[in-house]
Amino acid sequence: MKVKVISRSTDEFTRERSQDLQRVFRNFDPKLRPQEKAVEYVRALNAAKLEKIFARPFIGAMDGHIDAISCMAKNPNFLKGIFSGSMDGDIRLWDIASRKTVCQFPGHQGAVRGLTASTDGSTLISCGTDCTCCLINVLSFPSCHADCACLHIQANAVYVGKNAYWAVDHQWGGDLFATTGARVEIWNHNRSQPVNTFEWGTDTVISVRFNPGEPNLLATSASDRSIALYDLRMSTPARKLIMQTRTNSIAWNPMEPLNFTAANEDCSCYSYDARKLDEAKCVHKDHVSAVMDIDYSPTGREFVTGSYDRTVRIFPYNGGHSREIYHTKRMQRVFCVKFSSDASYIISGSDDTNLRLWKAKASEQMGVLLPREQKKHEYQEAVKNRYKHLPEVKRIVRHRHLPRPIYKAKELRRTVIDAEKKKEERRKAHSTPGSIVTESVRKRRIIREVE
Amino acid sequence: MGLEEEAGGSAKILPPTEQELSAELDTKLQKYLRGEGADLEALKDKKLKGQLFVREKLYGNSAKAAAKFEKWLMPSEGGYLEAEGVEKTWRIKQDQLTREVDILSSRNQYDIVLKDLGPYTLDFTPSGRYMATAGRKGHVAIVDMKSMELIREMQVKETVRDIVFLHNESFFAVAQKKYPYIYNRDGIELHCLKEHGAVSRLQFLKNHFLLASINKFGQLRYQDVTTGEMIGNFRTGLGRTETMQINPYNGVVAVGHSAGTVSMWKPTSAAPLVKMLCHHGPISALAFHPNGHLMASCGREKKIKIWDLRKFEVVQTIPGHHAKTLDFSQKGLLAAGTGSYAQVLGDFSGTQNYSRYMGHSIAKGYQIGKVSFRPYEDVLVMGHSMGWSSILIPGSGEPNFDTWVANPFETSEQRREKEIHSLLDKLPPETIMLDPSKIGTLRPYKKREKPTKEEIEAEKEAAVESVKDIALKKKTKGRNKTSKRVMKRKVLIDKAKKPFLEKQMLEEGKVAGKKRNLGEETELPASLKRFVRKKAAV
Repeated sequence: MKVKVISRSTDEFTRERSQDLQRVFRNFDPKLRPQEKAVEYVRALNAAKLEKIFARPFIGAMDGHIDAISCMAKNPNFLKGIFSGSMDGDIRLWDIASRKTVCQFPGHQGAVRGLTASTDGSTLISCGTDCTCCLINVLSFPSCHADCACLHIQANAVYVGKNAYWAVDHQWGGDLFATTGARVEIWNHNRSQPVNTFEWGTDTVISVRFNPGEPNLLATSASDRSIALYDLRMSTPARKLIMQTRTNSIAWNPMEPLNFTAANEDCSCYSYDARKLDEAKCVHKDHVSAVMDIDYSPTGREFVTGSYDRTVRIFPYNGGHSREIYHTKRMQRVFCVKFSSDASYIISGSDDTNLRLWKAKASEQMGVLLPREQKKHEYQEAVKNRYKHLPEVKRIVRHRHLPRPIYKAKELRRTVIDAEKKKEERRKAHSTPGSIVTESVRKRRIIREVE
Repeated sequence: MGLEEEAGGSAKILPPTEQELSAELDTKLQKYLRGEGADLEALKDKKLKGQLFVREKLYGNSAKAAAKFEKWLMPSEGGYLEAEGVEKTWRIKQDQLTREVDILSSRNQYDIVLKDLGPYTLDFTPSGRYMATAGRKGHVAIVDMKSMELIREMQVKETVRDIVFLHNESFFAVAQKKYPYIYNRDGIELHCLKEHGAVSRLQFLKNHFLLASINKFGQLRYQDVTTGEMIGNFRTGLGRTETMQINPYNGVVAVGHSAGTVSMWKPTSAAPLVKMLCHHGPISALAFHPNGHLMASCGREKKIKIWDLRKFEVVQTIPGHHAKTLDFSQKGLLAAGTGSYAQVLGDFSGTQNYSRYMGHSIAKGYQIGKVSFRPYEDVLVMGHSMGWSSILIPGSGEPNFDTWVANPFETSEQRREKEIHSLLDKLPPETIMLDPSKIGTLRPYKKREKPTKEEIEAEKEAAVESVKDIALKKKTKGRNKTSKRVMKRKVLIDKAKKPFLEKQMLEEGKVAGKKRNLGEETELPASLKRFVRKKAAV
């Protein structure tokens, strides 16, 4: 007869010395773990509750400007710094870690309308309503330490134009930059006159963005409610899309450079594929007032928007509703937002002269995490996402405190939209089938596309 | 879709020996896959389809990885007993095994004789390291099975009917003459559970931290041992009960009654989940297979029946055994204790056909009270009227344990951590259901039917009743006339009835309209047409 019996010797299964780690043996058989779905559900519930306990997104405010902040720029080579320009012409460089001003630049006579940094991080370009465009060399000042003494630096070059400038953006990887105002002008760093000019229609062009993947492509939005795409290699503008309301700002998706998202006055953001402008890819609706600024995360998976309704929202790139909303009693109309280059922080500049620093993920633990901590966080995130559709977990995950005016405005919008929808349904029901055609949401706000 | 093509392609390339290996991997893979994948072809939503496709692929990959790493993570393959030539496994005796097996294992074969303290019942901790035994005359002992060391021994000086460990070896509950008591590992009495009364059987649900008890009249009680709250107190109403057993797969308590019925209970409902008529006589023993699908029951008419719990059908009837106790091992072997003979049955063909595997008879006159397989060991312990005995049953225990589930080599620090983690993962009593995989699934879509006449009437009555309960304000200064109050109440009742009456009128109008339509179709004969009333001209 052949016999074998389980016999475990203690040496094989326990540690040799007390300084060793304890021995761990694994068997992933589901038979050993009865009711695993129920255990996962309880863990998801606890994870959702813990996430809410640890959700403290606001880090601090950067105080210093004496007028509303109109624009911000990130330095692509320097993670800790951010440039901000205000309505009284003041331009500052902030150290995000210490939340203090490092340098103060001379700026403009009137409001600073646009700020941008060149791709190698050496030059800061600003433009304002006093028809001037300043180029400042930013490599010469010392690295940002939290010093009380703000250095005042002289501008390298000041170019004067004929009309007030509204926005500026620098080419990715090139040495051209574009300013907009009455028309779109392409400049070179060394020339005091624009190299090229584009004009389409007679309205002011209010924002401009260069494409990160295709350096010769740029998108602009004008006050005739249009979004225009220009190619620098051609002498004429490429394409124009006219919508029902004005677009305040545009941002290209850094990971999918053919897609851009436009922040519109009608409280929504529209994502488009630049090759196919007749239909929006996605409509992002959650704000209750005009969306003023938009910026994509470097991961390309989400973007942040700042709106006139005093809130900052974070949307997924392909989702219709925001995953997060940030608001404070002291934060007034948000005019500009930026996602930090490491995708961990959001900086918002608002009407109350403060820049505010927020976490991109409200309950994230900042700093260096141990691998065990990291695994635990990942597990909790995964288990929460698996059960987030169940009512108890959903209630906790979805819950956000909204300020009363926003809550009321949302309810009002909801009522209005529902009423319109009902009317439309009734009209359809009482007319010949097929005579009334509802347009899809993605096409509804587009008037026409022009070549 | 893409996955299938890939599998088909690789099957052509592999040499024949590797194909066998992949077949072996497939069987292991099935274990980790936890059921079939979702049918994605039926979906119309492209975004959802894409997301689900990615997820299914991830599940497949993780199951494949688990199956592949089994080779390194779980080196030992478990015990076995193979008979050579003419000999049969059920004729092999324990002393024959002693000669073939190593010293450490032969230490697991022993008899402990304690003559005067009554039939012994026993319970193991989930890791199999500690055993609690209790004799009927009040002798309670906790033994460490690895070192055969007696941790604590005491005499409670009362009749003891049952003993169970709570979540670990630090706490155990003893069903004494009048009430069950909870003791510490050091023998200190922690709680006297007066609400339970005189119980005959105790069981502990370890995921839910619930102590279930049943007395001889059939009253089932559930108590949460972490908060002390009594969750449920039910009268089974099916007569005298002899047996109670927990199904570890779904946490359901099965109670066997003297009428031959087995009822299954959950703590949140006063009615049983299932009532099955199993035997012609009273149920003497119950046991559940660890996979949750099989139940073995033994009745006084000397038959052991194996039930499939998914279909509630008998899979096999094994005649000739009047087993007072039954137990399934981790690998699926069934032990039946009858008188002084313990029979072990095994299902070797995989078709749920249990046949004789091994047997052992203890000294004549000793009556086996309880058989229990030791978890993670190839050992069967029998508590009998003169003490307890332990024998070797090769192939009954799970050879590879998981440190985070049950660790026979647990240190005190690991025990403390595990206690905290299991408290954090404590399941609410609502999660006990017959099919535990239903959590997280969608409720099937039910089409709402029109309410019947009785339902409408009932709703109307309910609305009127609720209105009648409203207390009207008593007015002062001579305005509180009875007639006015009565009128007001009448108005309120009419208001409550109004919507129902309106609906009724609508329905009647529709019906009348239909009737009128039908009426108009039938033409009057020409001679009667002059009597038709014409509409008055305005």
